Amino acid sequence: MSEDFLVIGDKKFKSRLFVGTGKYSTPELMLAAIEASGAEVVTVALRRMSIEGQQRTILDYLSEIKCTILPNTAGCYTAEDAIRTARLARELGLSNMVKLEVIGDQKTLFPDNEALLEAAKVLVKEGFLVLPYTNDDPVMAKKLEDIGCVAVMPLGAPIGSGLGIRNPYNIKIILETVKVPVIVDAGVGTASDASFAMELGCAGVLMNTGIAGAKDPIKMAKAMKLAVEAGRLAYLAGRIPKKLYASASSPMDNLIE
Amino acid sequence: MRIKVNGKEYDVPEGLTVSNLLDFFKINKNFVAVERNKEIVSKKDWDKAIICEGDIFEIVTFVGGG
Repeated sequence: MSEDFLVIGDKKFKSRLFVGTGKYSTPELMLAAIEASGAEVVTVALRRMSIEGQQRTILDYLSEIKCTILPNTAGCYTAEDAIRTARLARELGLSNMVKLEVIGDQKTLFPDNEALLEAAKVLVKEGFLVLPYTNDDPVMAKKLEDIGCVAVMPLGAPIGSGLGIRNPYNIKIILETVKVPVIVDAGVGTASDASFAMELGCAGVLMNTGIAGAKDPIKMAKAMKLAVEAGRLAYLAGRIPKKLYASASSPMDNLIE
Repeated sequence: MRIKVNGKEYDVPEGLTVSNLLDFFKINKNFVAVERNKEIVSKKDWDKAIICEGDIFEIVTFVGGG
């Protein structure tokens, strides 16, 4: 397993679990959950600084642990806003990676793929390592790969819904269609969802609510860590085929009479 | 001199640089990015860029998110 790195652009990661930093009740809980998850990549959002009253920012806390920051463009509904946000995020000097989100609908938070493609084209040209949050459309995934995204991140189900991998068939087709890492992002609710994604052959899983929203986030973070590892191992091990009829596990000769 | 910062209007002294502006609001310079009138002001230019009347600033940082 020591050679089984997740390679994104020029970066190599041992952990195939990426986690978000939102929705935690305290920063200390967030840090403990990240640690329990074993994640090396954590996502953050870009927002206005509070300029009245000094506060510790999330970076004050994240600087206590070793991690790679993956800024997102959450909250952007246009390509222009997403591009602007990504540029500002890069300006903070911590990362040239970006989880590119251009949202098309407030209720489902499904991506606006047209605007996503437009923003991705611009950002790839500007040297960003673009990881686009998209839907489970293989045609879209191919387009994103073709324009130079370093990964594709199809949603399993709506953000925060916990519905798991709603369309594993499309995810499988995406895995056959693109060569860049496929990272399921959004919708993971429990450990078996994460394992399932990895068993399909995904390169990784990104989640936030699945851990932060659990009754015991630290326990769930550990479960997700194990689930991603187990799913990956199972995938590499090569599962048995699914059969309609039985195939006995014990020998059928030398039976007593 | 009246400027807008993060959506609110403020009266600030004349002749401030972007660097001075961050000090004026006691903002930790380590973890912020600055946009003036929709254009990013690079950290290396903070000491040189002089603020003008009517400037619109976005001063941003990272927060928790998925």
